Amino acid sequence: MIHNSIYLDHASTTPVDERVVRKMTPYFELVYGNPSGLYKQSREAKKAVTQSRKITAGFLNSKPEEIIFTSGGTESDNLAILGVARASGRGHIITSKIEHSAVLNSCRQLEKEGFAVTYLDVDKDGVVNLEQLKKSLKKDTILVSIMYANNEIGTIEPIAKISRIIKDFRSKNKSATPYFHTDACQAALYLNMDVKSIGVDLLTFNGSKIYAPKGVGVLYIKEGVKIVPVLFGGGQERGLRPGTENVPYIVAIAEALNIIKKHNFKIELKMRDFLINELLKIEHSHLNGSKTNRLPNNINITFDGIEGEAAILYLDRMGIGLSTGSACMSQSLKPSHVITALGCDDEAAHSSLRLSLGRDNTISQMKRVVEAISETVGKLRQMSATYKSNPKSKIDHE
Amino acid sequence: MNKKSSKFDIRDIEGEGWVYSAKVEDHFFHPRNVMTGKIKESDFDAIGEVGSPACGDVMKVWIKVENNKIIDLKWKTFGCASAIAATSILSEMTIGKTLNEAYKITAQDIAHELGGLPRRKIHCSILGDQALRKAIDCWRLN
Repeated sequence: MIHNSIYLDHASTTPVDERVVRKMTPYFELVYGNPSGLYKQSREAKKAVTQSRKITAGFLNSKPEEIIFTSGGTESDNLAILGVARASGRGHIITSKIEHSAVLNSCRQLEKEGFAVTYLDVDKDGVVNLEQLKKSLKKDTILVSIMYANNEIGTIEPIAKISRIIKDFRSKNKSATPYFHTDACQAALYLNMDVKSIGVDLLTFNGSKIYAPKGVGVLYIKEGVKIVPVLFGGGQERGLRPGTENVPYIVAIAEALNIIKKHNFKIELKMRDFLINELLKIEHSHLNGSKTNRLPNNINITFDGIEGEAAILYLDRMGIGLSTGSACMSQSLKPSHVITALGCDDEAAHSSLRLSLGRDNTISQMKRVVEAISETVGKLRQMSATYKSNPKSKIDHE
Repeated sequence: MNKKSSKFDIRDIEGEGWVYSAKVEDHFFHPRNVMTGKIKESDFDAIGEVGSPACGDVMKVWIKVENNKIIDLKWKTFGCASAIAATSILSEMTIGKTLNEAYKITAQDIAHELGGLPRRKIHCSILGDQALRKAIDCWRLN
């Protein structure tokens, strides 16, 4: 890492914890066997996978057989959504407008395959509309997929309430479906991941957001859920995820879960509230998402009159790494679908900055961040064609 | 303009150097001829504005004309790094030109002068030439 730099994009990916690196390293050169074999090298590898599966199941309060290791969050989301839908052949799916593109684009693919999809609205804080959910549930609804916490604005969705609504609907209709899937990639570090108490049938999380490497993920599939694979090959992972197991990364993600249990995030919470309070002192700034019902590491603020990509490049120059909902940074050249779903105009998305904290950040870094952002916003507003300062403001008139 | 720089996409960058050309970097971090609060807009003869905040780019240029020549140009831009750099370099390209010469500046000329821009950015970031033509039209009408 660049000396003195401040990394504030943990929602995009975290560094790998050194304890995780130490734990997985032997599985490259020493324990390299293919877990499918019968000889010693294979048995050792198999043992590591089995042990990791137990740890993962323990973390989720599930059975080991209910854990599928995948290549990441995108694959887990694809398997959950495409797998459940294709197992039933037809039907209706409910999701929200602010899901990760791994979920949204899986649903769009299913629309092409003849499935119907409802995209639920969210309120101004980004919370899914539960009344609309109740009204949208139909006899042929096979799956509801709602994220646990949003990756851009950090809003925590009422997963247990959603689960209750779905269970009531199922018992009223004496049906095993719809199943409830949640993408918990952003939640895994901070929120209750006990699948029984939150009441989900499928749950996605991945390594790259929890201090394990990129390229490994988990899909929890409750026993009895009807699902078919999306990849075809050998019979690994109960046939649902063929391909030789990525032993070192599976060991890594399990070790990352062991570390989560020991970590408390009081400091992240303190830094988050410090940043929100200080950054909102900059005039014409607005918090995106809820002030309290949000992940302990997420800050997303719109600064009127500035464009996100420009701000990020100025901040990069000052050694600070963060992200934006501006179209300029997106592949589609469209502004963030999450911020626009909150009822904000496109400009609010173009002008938004997301800061996501991690274990390596410190309060003294946050003081530097506030200064740097306030300087950057000031500079960009001076040359902005849209910014109109308050008559009292000094920024534009000094 | 070399072939690589005109075709590259911000997502294709391979992690070396910076995301844009050195010229863009220079103009983005050291913008020239910005209309700041210290300057009187009333000292200028005409103004042109294009873009919309919803699209993420808005540009405004002010021109001062003497004997059919643009003797000063100031600007303001809401937009990304390439939009800011494009307006900044346009100001240098324009000052000293006659109205007719300035009117002929194209988006391609600006991209060329910047040492190339990502393909997908050309359309949205170079609106400055249009803003300039609007300002010139406005001056001619008065």
